[in-house]
Amino acid sequence: MESTNTIKRRERVSDSNLLFAIAAVIFVLMYGFGILSFPRDFLQSQTFFDLFNLNAPLIIVTLGLSIVMVGGGIDISVGQVTALVTMCCAVFLQSRSGSVGGAMLLALGIGIAFGLLQGLLIAYLKIQPFIITLAGMFLASGLLTIIHKDPINVTMPSFVRLMDFQIVIPSLGTLNRLGRFIPLEIKPGTVVVLVLVVVLVILMNWSRFGRNLYAVGGNNQSALMLGINVQRTKFYSYVLSGLLSGIAGFVFIMTTGAGNVGNAYGFEIKAIAGSIIGGTMLIGGVGNLIGSPFGALTLLTINELIRADGVNSDFQAIASGMLLCVFIVLQNAVLRLRGTSSFKLALPGWLVPARRDR
Amino acid sequence: MQTENVLEMQGICKSFPGVRALHNVSFTLRKGEVHGLMGENGAGKSTLIKVMTGVYEKDAGHMMVEGKPIHFRSPEEAQDFGVGTVYQEITLCPNLTVAENMFIGRGRYAFVNWKRMKEKTTQLLGSFGIPARPTQQLSSCSLAVQQMIAIARAMDMDCKILILDEPTSSLDEDEVRKLFSLMRELKSRGVGIVFVTHFLDQVYEISDRITVLRNGELIGEYDASSLSQFELVSKMMGKALEDVSQMKRREPSARDGGEPVLEATGLSSAAGVRPFDFTIRKGEINGFTGLLGSGRSESVRAIFAADKVTGGEIKMNGKKVKISEPIHAMKLGIGYLPEDRKGDGIIADLSVRDNIVLALQVLKGFFKPLSRKQAEAFAEEYIEYLKIKAPSTSTPITSLSGGNQQKVILARWLLTHLQYLILDEPTRGIDVGTKVEIQRLVLKFAEDGVSVTFISSEIEEMLRTCSRLIVMKDRAIVGELTGENLTETDIMHVIAG
Repeated sequence: MESTNTIKRRERVSDSNLLFAIAAVIFVLMYGFGILSFPRDFLQSQTFFDLFNLNAPLIIVTLGLSIVMVGGGIDISVGQVTALVTMCCAVFLQSRSGSVGGAMLLALGIGIAFGLLQGLLIAYLKIQPFIITLAGMFLASGLLTIIHKDPINVTMPSFVRLMDFQIVIPSLGTLNRLGRFIPLEIKPGTVVVLVLVVVLVILMNWSRFGRNLYAVGGNNQSALMLGINVQRTKFYSYVLSGLLSGIAGFVFIMTTGAGNVGNAYGFEIKAIAGSIIGGTMLIGGVGNLIGSPFGALTLLTINELIRADGVNSDFQAIASGMLLCVFIVLQNAVLRLRGTSSFKLALPGWLVPARRDR
Repeated sequence: MQTENVLEMQGICKSFPGVRALHNVSFTLRKGEVHGLMGENGAGKSTLIKVMTGVYEKDAGHMMVEGKPIHFRSPEEAQDFGVGTVYQEITLCPNLTVAENMFIGRGRYAFVNWKRMKEKTTQLLGSFGIPARPTQQLSSCSLAVQQMIAIARAMDMDCKILILDEPTSSLDEDEVRKLFSLMRELKSRGVGIVFVTHFLDQVYEISDRITVLRNGELIGEYDASSLSQFELVSKMMGKALEDVSQMKRREPSARDGGEPVLEATGLSSAAGVRPFDFTIRKGEINGFTGLLGSGRSESVRAIFAADKVTGGEIKMNGKKVKISEPIHAMKLGIGYLPEDRKGDGIIADLSVRDNIVLALQVLKGFFKPLSRKQAEAFAEEYIEYLKIKAPSTSTPITSLSGGNQQKVILARWLLTHLQYLILDEPTRGIDVGTKVEIQRLVLKFAEDGVSVTFISSEIEEMLRTCSRLIVMKDRAIVGELTGENLTETDIMHVIAG
C-alpha cells in the first residue's frame, strides 16, 4: 500500500508542454544552425516568412491532424481531400458561374462532408480510423481524377487579384543579390495560418470540447466513465480535421493558382511527421497545438537547409525520415525517463517524478 | 428509519458472449443508507454497478430511481441524473491535471474557467486532506492519491446515489477513516450509498444492509446487524451444487508423502504478495484459498513468474533454479493455466490443434517445427484423452464451449510432459457437468504423478480435489489445513479470523 504523503517540492511540466518545448527548441536550434551556415539565405526575414507563405496549406493540414491525434485517432485522408478541394475550386472558378465566395464555400463544404462521413463511421460505428480514412483518401483521389485530369490554371480576374494580394512590410525588407531593396511580403495564407493557430489553441486549451478530447485521447474508457460523450467528441475532431483540409485546399489554390492532380501530394505523411515532431503523440492525449506549426516548420527548414547546401534533393526525404525517427525515440525516452525513478541521476531534480504506478 | 427507496432494480439480467454475468438480480437502495454489496470474484458486483451507471445496458429487468422508471444509456446520463461513482479500477485520465480530473465531464459549460476550477480544486483537496496540487498532472500522483481524487470527485457531485466500488483497496487506515466519516455525513444528508469491498471488517463498520451475490445470482439481502461475519462468508462462497457433491472426496494417497517437486522460500512478487514459503510433493494436489484480493492468484503467478518476482528462491527437485520469466518455468516442467482464460489462455484465432501444440512448440523452439502429421497425432490423442468435444482438430477454438476450451489448454500443458501444473480457476464460467469432468481429470493427473495446485472460488470443489489447502488473507498466508481439518467450516474460521 502506498502512502499518500509523498508530495514533490516542485511541480513538473505536463507531457504536452514538455514535448512542445522540445519541438520549439529544436526548431530554433535548427534555424540558428541555418543562420550560421548560410547567413545569406537564412538571415533574410523573407526566407522565414516564405516558410509560411509557401507552406500554409501543409501547416493547416498539420493542425487538423494534430487535433485528431490528440483524440487518439488518425486521419490520412487529409492530403487527398486537400487536393480534391483545389481541383474542385479550380474547375468551379474557371466555370461560368464561378465566384471567389462560392469557391470558399465549396472548399469548406467538401472538407466538412468528408469530416462528417468519416467521423460518423469512426465515432459511432467504431471502425478503425486508419481504415476509414484510408478509404476516404482513395475516394478523394478517385473523385479528383474523375473531375479533371489535366492541370487548370485559374485565370478568373477577381481570384487572381486575391492570389496576388500580399501584405507588404517595408521596414522588414531585404536586399536582393543585385543590391535592390525588396520589402517583406506576407501572403494571405500566412494570415490564415496565424488566425487558425490562435483559434485552435484556444479551442483545445479552454473549450469543453478541447479538454474532453484530451481526456478521450488519454484514456477512452476513463473518459466515458467520467461522463464525457466520447463518441460525439471523437466525431467533432474528425469534422474539424475535414474542415481544416477544406481550408487548406482553398489556401493551396490561393498559393499556386492551379488545380493539379499532383497537388498536396504526400501531405498526409508530412502532416503526421510534422505533428509528431511538434510534440503530438500517436497514442493520443498528449500534444500542444502551437507545437504543430513548429513541427511542420522544422521539417521544412531541414529541406531548406539541404537545398541551401546544394545537396541532391533526394536527401531531403532521408533527412526528414531520420529526423522523425530521432524524434520518436527522443519523445519515448523523455517520457520513459520521467516515468521511472531508476534514472534519477540522468535528470534534473524537478524532472524526477514520483513512481508512476502500473 | 427512512424506508424510501432511492434506487430499485428488479430482475436484472446481463450476458456477455459465453458468460452469464447477471441473472435475475434485484437490488434496492434506501435513502440515507450504506448498502454493502458483497460477493466473490466474478459474482457480478462490478457488472451490476456498471448497469446502474449506464456503462452496460441491461438485457432485461427494470430500474427505478426515486420511483420513476429510468434507463441510463451512458455514464454521462447517469451522472447528470445524480449518480456519482468511484469505479474499481481508477477511471481518471492520467494525461490531464488533477483539477481537470475533478471537473471534466461535469456540467454544461462551453469554456473552461481554469482559475475557478483551480480554486475549487484547492478547496476540495484541502478538505479531503489530499496531498496533491491542482495543476499537477494526474499520472505523477501515487495510486492512493488518485483514488482519493476519484472519491473526492464523486463526493463533490451533488448526487442522490453514490456508488463506491472497492474504494479502499489502496488507501491506508487514516484515509479509510476519513472516507468513512465523509460517507456518514453524506448518509445523514439522505444520499444512498452502495459500498463494495472485500474487507469484511469495513463492511460491518459502515453498512446498514448487505446484499450478497454469487455467480451472477442474488443470494439475499440482509440487515448487517443480524448477519454474522461467518454467515456472510459462507453465503459468499456458497454451498455445493447437489449433483457435484455426489463425487467422492479424494483420499490422501501414499504419494502425498513423496519427494518435494517444488520448494519456494520467501517468494514475493511485484503484484504485492508478502514473502511466502511453499512446497509441493510429487503427485500432490494442493490449493490456495481465500477471498477475492487475498492474493491466491498472485501467489501462483509468482511461482510461474507471471508477475515480476522480487525476492525469494525456488528449488526444483532439490536443485536451486532461477525462474524470472514464464519460459524458464515452462522449461523446468511447470505449467500455468491462468485465471483469465480469454485474455491469457486461448489464442482465439488458432484452431484446436494449434492451440494444443502451442506450448510444446514454444519449448522446442520455432526453428524446429512440429510436422503437421505429428501435431495432428498429438491433437487427436489429447482430444481423445480429455474427451474434448470438438468436431475436428482444425475447428477454431472460439467455437468450442468454455469448458472445452479449458480442456484444450489443459491438453496444451499435458503435452509438454510437465511435473507441476498450476490451475487458477479452471472451472469458472463452465457448466456443472464439465466442471466435474475437469475435477476428475485433475485427480487423474495426480495419479499419473503430476503435482497440481488448484485454485477455485468454489470451496467445495477445492475440498474434493485438494489434500492440502493454504489459506490466504490480505496477501499473506494465514493458515494451512490438511486431513481432518479440511472442512468448509475450518476454512471460514481461518478466513474470518
